[in-house]
Amino acid sequence: MMMTVEIAGVSKRYGKLHAVKDVAFGLNTGETVALVGHNGAGKTTLIKLMLGLIRPTDGHVRVLGEDPAHGDFAVRQRLGYLPESVSFHLALTGRETLSFYARLKRVDLASTDSLFERVGLAPEAVDRPVRTYSKGMRQRLGLAQALLGEPRVLLLDEPTSGLDPALRRSFYDLIADLRDRGATVMLSSHALTELEGRADRVIIVNRGVKIADGSLDELRRIARLPTRVSVRLADDGPAPAWANGGSHWRRTGQLLEADVSPEDKIGLLHDITANPDRLAALTVAEPTLDELYAHFLSGQERP
Amino acid sequence: MTNILIIAGKEIQEGLRNRWVLATTLLLAALALTLSFLGSAPTGNVGVNRLDVTIVSLSSLTIFLVPLIALLLSHDAVVGESERGTMLLLLSYPVGRNEVIFGKFVGHLAILAFATLCGYGAAAVALVVTGAEVGPESWIAFASMVGYSILLGAIFLAIGYLMSTLASERSTAGGIAIGIWLFFVLIYDMALLGGLVAAQGHAVPPLLLDLLLIANPTDVYRLLNLGSGSAGALSGLGGIAENSRLSAPVLTAALVIWTALPLGVANLIFSRREA
Repeated sequence: MMMTVEIAGVSKRYGKLHAVKDVAFGLNTGETVALVGHNGAGKTTLIKLMLGLIRPTDGHVRVLGEDPAHGDFAVRQRLGYLPESVSFHLALTGRETLSFYARLKRVDLASTDSLFERVGLAPEAVDRPVRTYSKGMRQRLGLAQALLGEPRVLLLDEPTSGLDPALRRSFYDLIADLRDRGATVMLSSHALTELEGRADRVIIVNRGVKIADGSLDELRRIARLPTRVSVRLADDGPAPAWANGGSHWRRTGQLLEADVSPEDKIGLLHDITANPDRLAALTVAEPTLDELYAHFLSGQERP
Repeated sequence: MTNILIIAGKEIQEGLRNRWVLATTLLLAALALTLSFLGSAPTGNVGVNRLDVTIVSLSSLTIFLVPLIALLLSHDAVVGESERGTMLLLLSYPVGRNEVIFGKFVGHLAILAFATLCGYGAAAVALVVTGAEVGPESWIAFASMVGYSILLGAIFLAIGYLMSTLASERSTAGGIAIGIWLFFVLIYDMALLGGLVAAQGHAVPPLLLDLLLIANPTDVYRLLNLGSGSAGALSGLGGIAENSRLSAPVLTAALVIWTALPLGVANLIFSRREA
């Protein structure tokens, strides 16, 4: 594994606004990393820093070993970027648009046909003006231009917002394909929910500060969020012995509920199921990604 | 350099697609043809070269129309792309910001030059076809008039880019562009004329008058095309031009500086900006 993007102690101020505060992380080849945060958390600023569109106030950014904001921008030839809500010149057709960007990247124009196929833009749509495109088609065209020249690093800013579920899935299939080819993919998102099983690593930012960095499983371990166990008893009798243990149980009629910490979970489930005759139903709800996200955000609110 | 040509090519492609090229060419050709026939009617056969009459009327047309077309093309160039979101993507490609500005300039200038050459060329062809006798000096004067018209267009393209980099919204840039057109094409000369009348015949220092004329590119254009030869006699501007010490090379240099300066400043501002 090789580090393709390095961000070290980077801050960015716009006048009084501190858009990014002392952020550091590295991205490796063949890694899909999700950058998660609210709108205005600094995701787009970080992506612009990696593209060299803006220069950091402090710290330094290295992409494929070079400073993207200086020199002859040669490093951008190996970068792919899909801006948030991408837009194109409406009068030109999809093919003309992609050819224009291919020329700027010095990519063989013959490769554009296979790109259209890869992103699933129908051949009959390719020669229509972009004006007639739907949101999904524009997004596909946007992805096609980002994929020009087999980039080593792909930066996708909210690539799936506003896409229908089928499109979303084909989008993630494409990203998985790119990762297998050894590209570094960074995608930003404002929710964790759709990233399960799709991102190797998640970086959460809030108000310009990095507050979490790791795989979803690692984040779950760090957060130590309780699992909610609910039991419906088969009879109205007194609570079983396990209900008087360490966990705090709430009882409404035959329903018992408790939030159980991860290390107690297995032992408790063993106790509960030891006497299955007394149980009518048992539900174990793991913390959702939204709860995990909320946990990290609230962790930052407390100084 | 390649990047400049790629961006210029895309501007031309867009101009063809949204019918800018067609519209300006047809407009200029229609007005030029009308003027050249209307303008030649009253002179009949009194010996004035018909092409000279056409040069005078086309020059006046250019002063009004070419700056307007140039500003309409250019005021949107930077702020419009930023507002639509296409600039961000373009700048993420391996292109310099100066290449974006110069590429757009080359593309827009090509559109303007094409429209002027075709439009005014149509007028010249029409004169020849109808059997007018035209001397070689008149042809040279006509050719230089077309050349200076394109240069005048370049100036207002450059001014338009400057507005487009300074403005934060498209509508602001549009408003400023109209203001600039009104100022240079109408208000400036009226104010100058008013000033001369107010001076009540007191001699205005020649240097001051020269500076005042050079400070407005449309006046420089006027002096270049209407100040000498038979066109000067026809337009009545020959008197001013003779008293002025501004020679054709000085005036041409003034036009070139009028192009380079706004374009350079626009480029500087755009390169310093972060997006």
